[in-house]
Amino acid sequence: MASSIDDLKSAIKEALPDLDMVIAWTAGPDPLSHTPLFITDEADIERIAWDPRCSQNLAGYLTGLRGKKVGVVAKGCDARSIVELLQEKLIDREDVTIFGLHCTGAVDARTTRKALGSSRGVEDVAIDGATARFTVAGEAKTLPLGETLQQKCFTCTGADAEVCDHFIGEHGLPPQVGERPASTLEELEAMSMEERLHFWEDQMTRCIRCYACRSACPLCVCQDHCAAQSREPHWVDQTDHPREKLMFQAIHALHTAGRCTECGECERACPMGLPIMTLKQALNRSIQDLFDYRAGTDPDQAPPLFEFREEEKNIKEREW
Amino acid sequence: MLTARYIANDKLLPWLLSLTETRQVLAPVQVGGQTLFAPLDADSRLDLKGLADASAKAALLPRCETLFEFHYSKSEGVPSRTELELRETLPDQETFLFGARPCDAKGFTVFDRVYDAGTRRDIYYCSRRDKTLVAVLACTDPADTCFCNRVGGGPGETDGADILFTPVKGGFVVEAVTERGDAFLLEQPLVEAEDRTEEARKVREAVSDAMPDEAPLVGIQSKVLELFDDKGFWEGITSKCLSCGACSYLCPTCYCFNMTDEIKGDDGVRIRTWDNCMSFQFTLEGSGHNPRDGKAQRMRNRIGHKFSYYPELHDGNLACVGCGRCIVHCPVSMDVRAIVDQARDRALAKEEHVND
Repeated sequence: MASSIDDLKSAIKEALPDLDMVIAWTAGPDPLSHTPLFITDEADIERIAWDPRCSQNLAGYLTGLRGKKVGVVAKGCDARSIVELLQEKLIDREDVTIFGLHCTGAVDARTTRKALGSSRGVEDVAIDGATARFTVAGEAKTLPLGETLQQKCFTCTGADAEVCDHFIGEHGLPPQVGERPASTLEELEAMSMEERLHFWEDQMTRCIRCYACRSACPLCVCQDHCAAQSREPHWVDQTDHPREKLMFQAIHALHTAGRCTECGECERACPMGLPIMTLKQALNRSIQDLFDYRAGTDPDQAPPLFEFREEEKNIKEREW
Repeated sequence: MLTARYIANDKLLPWLLSLTETRQVLAPVQVGGQTLFAPLDADSRLDLKGLADASAKAALLPRCETLFEFHYSKSEGVPSRTELELRETLPDQETFLFGARPCDAKGFTVFDRVYDAGTRRDIYYCSRRDKTLVAVLACTDPADTCFCNRVGGGPGETDGADILFTPVKGGFVVEAVTERGDAFLLEQPLVEAEDRTEEARKVREAVSDAMPDEAPLVGIQSKVLELFDDKGFWEGITSKCLSCGACSYLCPTCYCFNMTDEIKGDDGVRIRTWDNCMSFQFTLEGSGHNPRDGKAQRMRNRIGHKFSYYPELHDGNLACVGCGRCIVHCPVSMDVRAIVDQARDRALAKEEHVND
């Protein structure tokens, strides 16, 4: 990926004079996490970073910047969020310039930190086939991708930003993960309903109700008017009961049904490491079965729950 | 001279478990891949490596605390009247908090100045504080994101704690810090520390000396305040902030709360839950007006409170203990150190500009 960075910088340099800003990534305070960089000045372009630590989906900022001319750097999954925002008319195509990239996989800082023992001294990260290579204080270390990547990378449907204005680098395949760890969704599917409820109650005990999952979700556009904190209507109470917290996750999942592109931001942002993307994945599977639809693939398509048809192809209501 | 004892590594867990017979023991344990402070039991997996993912603050300020319970009923004499019955719910659990880090314990001193302030005593907080014995574990491996030494603390400090554990060869030196800690230790079947206290002191000093020597973040309250109206500064540093509450909720010093009545039928509870200044509702007025209606204003409040307003009220003590959890767990990797450094530099540059 390193070879693309110069091309990325040149493309941004060329486009910047016509834009209010370009959003990219730069080195963060933790050596395993890069952080967003809002570029308004040409001098900032030199600070851009591009490697598997560029985890964050920058598409989430676009709705808040509507009306401005914004350039955004996007991996395959990030570009699908942008497409979804375009489909929902939450952003305007002519105002957004997409610098698309091929992603070899995004590291999960939390699991990688544990696998390496610490994030101290990490200088360089690259993904090569089924292996993540790290330079830690000048020394080479490797980890299998199963211990490094975010959950979303194991079900990646396309590593390239398909919809973009400038594609940087070479097109390629999703990460070749080899032995992938069993997904939470698969584990849950093997459980009884009672076990599933028990699983979620157990997980939700850890939830601290910070709502980072919501704030990080590029499709959560209600934000300051969220049902989670509303007193009228009183959907969710403020107690620490796991069922109340699960209720919020259910609301979040239903609000993003048929819209969620599985960018994984909810799960990545969660400081308690809760596997909450699983709820969205489960609904996405149903959406695909019912409507043959995958969110974030075609800017001209309308999400299925935004449309009304008298008869859906796969829902034979009249035969009931 | 306060008591000093020694406990071998393999004796630690059995000893902690023996304490659970008479009180709750909160310790950093592995829960679903995270290290969190939770009640210790025989199945717990104690994790003393590094900083726990969440701070120990819930030991004294629970995420959700019942202030009282209530019940509505029809008056027997006058059916049109509603009677209200209240039940007090004061905490009474004796607790031994083990494995808090010096930054976690220093966080309690931030609470003490607010919740135990002379005549203004919060009975819920004070009752928990009185019943909780705080045993800190000196840090031997501070992370890149740790900066306790820049905010008036240190990896072997004991502010807010009753007992100090220091890892030494084969075990821990256990030293009483307060009279309360001393009385507790005297009752415990632990061996004399003997000359190991000297080894413990050296361990603490070595860690402290190895912390990066960067500019302190104390004593800059006026500098932060000078930037109050500097819209460009606050908007610039918060452009990437998501305005979620992860930083506040993981912070060992953030103590803001919300109060709500949660009612089911005729029964209800008045609860106090964590609030955070990143939330839109934090200063939302009944009229619908919000004086802090954007993320820049909210971050200004967060930074201002920690580094300006709180120290101004409390003899220069910051409401930040440098644990760095807000940095590690921020979904967009915001760095509070960088923000405060920038604030100080900008304020100094402005002063110079005025003097030119």
